[in-house]
Amino acid sequence: MSEITSLTLYELIKNIKEKKISSNEAAKSFVDRAEKSKKINAYVTENFENCLKLSKEFDDKPNFDLKLPGIPIAVKDLFCTNEVRTTAGSNILNNFVPTYESTVTQNIWNEGAILLGKLNCDEFAMGSSNETSFFGNVQNPIAEDLVPGGSSGGSSAALAANLTPVTIGTDTGGSIRQPASFTGTVGLKPTYGSCSRYGIVAFASSLDQAGPMSKDVKDSSILLEVISSFDKKDSTSIDFKRNNYSSELTRNIKGLKIGIPKEYRVDGMPDEIEKLWKKGIEYAKDCGAEIIDISLPHTSYALPTYYIVAPAEASSNLARYDGVKYGLRSSGKNLIDMYEKTRSEGFGEEVKRRVMIGTYVLSSGYYDAYYLKAQKVRQLIKQDFDQAYNKVDAILTPSTPSSAFKIGEKSNDPVSMYLNDIFTVPVNLAGLPGISIPAGVDKNNYPLGLQIIGKPFDEQTVLNIAYSMEEKINYKNYITDWWMK
Amino acid sequence: MDEIMSKNNSEYLIERNDNVYEVVIGLEVHAQVTSNSKLFSSSSTKFGAEPNTQVSLVDAAFPGMLPVINEFCVKQAIKTGIGLRAKINNKSVFDRKNYFYADLPQGYQISQYKYPIVGEGNVILDMPEGQKQVGIERLHLEQDAGKSIHDIDPSNTLVDLNRSGVALMEIVSKPDLRSPDEVNAYIKKLRSIMRYLGTCDGNMQEGSLRADVNVSVRIKGSTDLGTRCEIKNVNSIKFMQMAIIYEANRQVDLIEEGKEIDQETRLFDTKKNETRSMRSKEDAHDYRYFPDPDLLPLEVTDEFINKLKSEIPELPDDKKKRFIDEFKVSPYDATILVSDIDTAKYFEEVVAKMGNNRDMKLAVNWITGELFAVLNEKNIEIAQSPISAKNLAKLINLIKNGTISGKIAKTIFELMLDGDIDPQIIVEEKGLKQESDPKALEALIDKIINDNREKAIEYKQGKEKLFGFFVGQAMKASGGKANPQLINEILKKKL
Repeated sequence: MSEITSLTLYELIKNIKEKKISSNEAAKSFVDRAEKSKKINAYVTENFENCLKLSKEFDDKPNFDLKLPGIPIAVKDLFCTNEVRTTAGSNILNNFVPTYESTVTQNIWNEGAILLGKLNCDEFAMGSSNETSFFGNVQNPIAEDLVPGGSSGGSSAALAANLTPVTIGTDTGGSIRQPASFTGTVGLKPTYGSCSRYGIVAFASSLDQAGPMSKDVKDSSILLEVISSFDKKDSTSIDFKRNNYSSELTRNIKGLKIGIPKEYRVDGMPDEIEKLWKKGIEYAKDCGAEIIDISLPHTSYALPTYYIVAPAEASSNLARYDGVKYGLRSSGKNLIDMYEKTRSEGFGEEVKRRVMIGTYVLSSGYYDAYYLKAQKVRQLIKQDFDQAYNKVDAILTPSTPSSAFKIGEKSNDPVSMYLNDIFTVPVNLAGLPGISIPAGVDKNNYPLGLQIIGKPFDEQTVLNIAYSMEEKINYKNYITDWWMK
Repeated sequence: MDEIMSKNNSEYLIERNDNVYEVVIGLEVHAQVTSNSKLFSSSSTKFGAEPNTQVSLVDAAFPGMLPVINEFCVKQAIKTGIGLRAKINNKSVFDRKNYFYADLPQGYQISQYKYPIVGEGNVILDMPEGQKQVGIERLHLEQDAGKSIHDIDPSNTLVDLNRSGVALMEIVSKPDLRSPDEVNAYIKKLRSIMRYLGTCDGNMQEGSLRADVNVSVRIKGSTDLGTRCEIKNVNSIKFMQMAIIYEANRQVDLIEEGKEIDQETRLFDTKKNETRSMRSKEDAHDYRYFPDPDLLPLEVTDEFINKLKSEIPELPDDKKKRFIDEFKVSPYDATILVSDIDTAKYFEEVVAKMGNNRDMKLAVNWITGELFAVLNEKNIEIAQSPISAKNLAKLINLIKNGTISGKIAKTIFELMLDGDIDPQIIVEEKGLKQESDPKALEALIDKIINDNREKAIEYKQGKEKLFGFFVGQAMKASGGKANPQLINEILKKKL
């Protein structure tokens, strides 16, 4: 049975369609493995019983025309799920059970998927190591006491530990790609406006985007095809013609021009990352792509820009958690006292820090110098990419400036933590699609990822390049199931 | 007679120790958009529902909920802008105004700050001394908050979110108003325009129209603006006027005492008839406005605006002009008739039903006289008039063609009230038709003169006052039905 959990999504679908495996068997395998994997701390809320029940129902009346027929899937706990607790990794939503479903998760249920449970994440998706979650650290299956990345750390860990065949994360500044990179998995952040934000607990509305996380590129293409949809309930959702990503997936990328931005060669970047990047360039050449040096001159401003825009939006988005309507309420002498106590007890340190930063940069007297300037820089960063895309079809960079670090190593140094996002953040600021694929290991055998950034709405090219390079790289995770011992 | 310039009629000046002050007033009117659903959700906006029964997940700001603009509300705002002769902006932006309050579920109000949907315009006021133009600074769309109720539960505040998310238009005037009378005229004119357009019902009792009043004072003749105070959320014209008078006098007193006026937000206490400080400039909220990232900038094409322009009905100013030109109604009467769309409609229907031989003066007098008196007495709107325009037109025609006298008409009018009865039927059933047969009247008058010989002699000797006595007797003898003109003629001849 343990074989089932190590199958890719594509293989699992194939087996289910060929009736070699039932949905219930699959669900049982994942539930059994999860029961033995509590140490990972991937789950915030388990939906195991219900999943087993629904898988049986699927088997009784199977519909193999669906794209995810009876496939059990766990998702990041940032997606609101009807009648299943949704916490966003925060104490303030510890008791919150939505009566509605996010569009993205609804899309996968509509195609036959079944909810396994809700996966741990940094509180309100603010973090790069899953250490800000109210529900505790998550272990990276790669090695003990290693962070799985963040904020979709529960998702990346669950995926790498074979607790779910695929998963959905969200990415505001790298929250899908960085944890994918840290766990040797694939993570795709689609173009802003591809996947509806309806029903996703908001962090920074102009940056948030849901996306697939999977064991390989093909699986991401299958999942993207299901979750990407135009949604009238999200005013920033874009009505564009979406590809059939999985059936259009091809390894023929001959003649595609791939840009190498010199500004991503940052000071103090480990040798290993530099080497990985060079190797990546060779792989891309081997696949028939043409490599072109490009410049994205405003890259160095991306991180400070991000850490103004994202907290500004977050400070406002999180104002609704005030103890009045739902979630945690601490008692107070009066309204203000109740607010202060609720938010003091409900939010963790990192969330408070960002709410403070966001409130500050929006304050009168500081707005022009911070928020307005950041918006202008954001435009320049976008223009950098626009200009680059006159010359190239996609851009290749490292996903992260380092491999996974130890739990606790950076938790007292927010700036060093923020530097994790240095290669991923510009993609969010420009609203572009970006994928991280595993491309090698460092001296400790910890995975390292490469990032492919595409033109707006050109997920297909990003996937095709990743699919081609994946074959050449032929990366394999060596996970020992150490947590079960 | 109507537009006589009597310069100081509605002027409001405050005199203290040889100094003459004028008051400078600007209004921020919050007008609820007439719309079945809210600005960013599909919840109903119906007034008076059970608390928290018209609240969607978006209105209550549940996690992950997103606003989606209601196109109808946008159209309503643009129509209002057209009615205010204002510039419609092709691009406007929704911002978040951040502050914490229990009845503000999102922790911010979605409003328009830097880029409103409507820019500068103006409104014409008909003041006794003539017309006055008041500048409009802007009109923007925003969400209403919910309602906090403090007096039901002794230890808790209860929150009703039915109103949360309802679309409001904030209409900001320039500081062009100078007196409580002008404020009255301004609010009424705004309300009138919006009711013509169907964009706001203007119902102040239900809170559909409220205003923040900015007041400052200055020595008359000065062109500098004094320090202003903002009186928040005043919900009737009367209270606005009372608040302005109190506030202006308070400010003049401070100046006369050599004290400074603090720029602050004040509340009007309707029971004590005074304004009180709510928060000073130092305590002013920092709303941290920024563009709402959940909403794209609102873009409207000229084509879209022009289509709405073509749907705009005749507005009060144009209607007034037409009443004067076409119906030869006096400017004074025209102002009254157009001030309310339903009155104008009623009047026009009466005019139409009167036909060719119409008497405008009679129509105006009956509507603004008898009918208004009845509506006032019953405290109802003209739309609920117990007498239809059709039947009032018939009544007027009966007077005009001599079938009944004006006096009998009043009797018939009273009878019509009970179920909008056709006056023709009343005339026939009650036999109230005017006696206009000269022979019959002559016989009647002969008898009266005969019965009152002495008085007839006195009259002939020069006691002319007695003529009235004979008219009265004749009318009485005819049961009020005698044609008064004929009676006069016959009496003059016979006496």
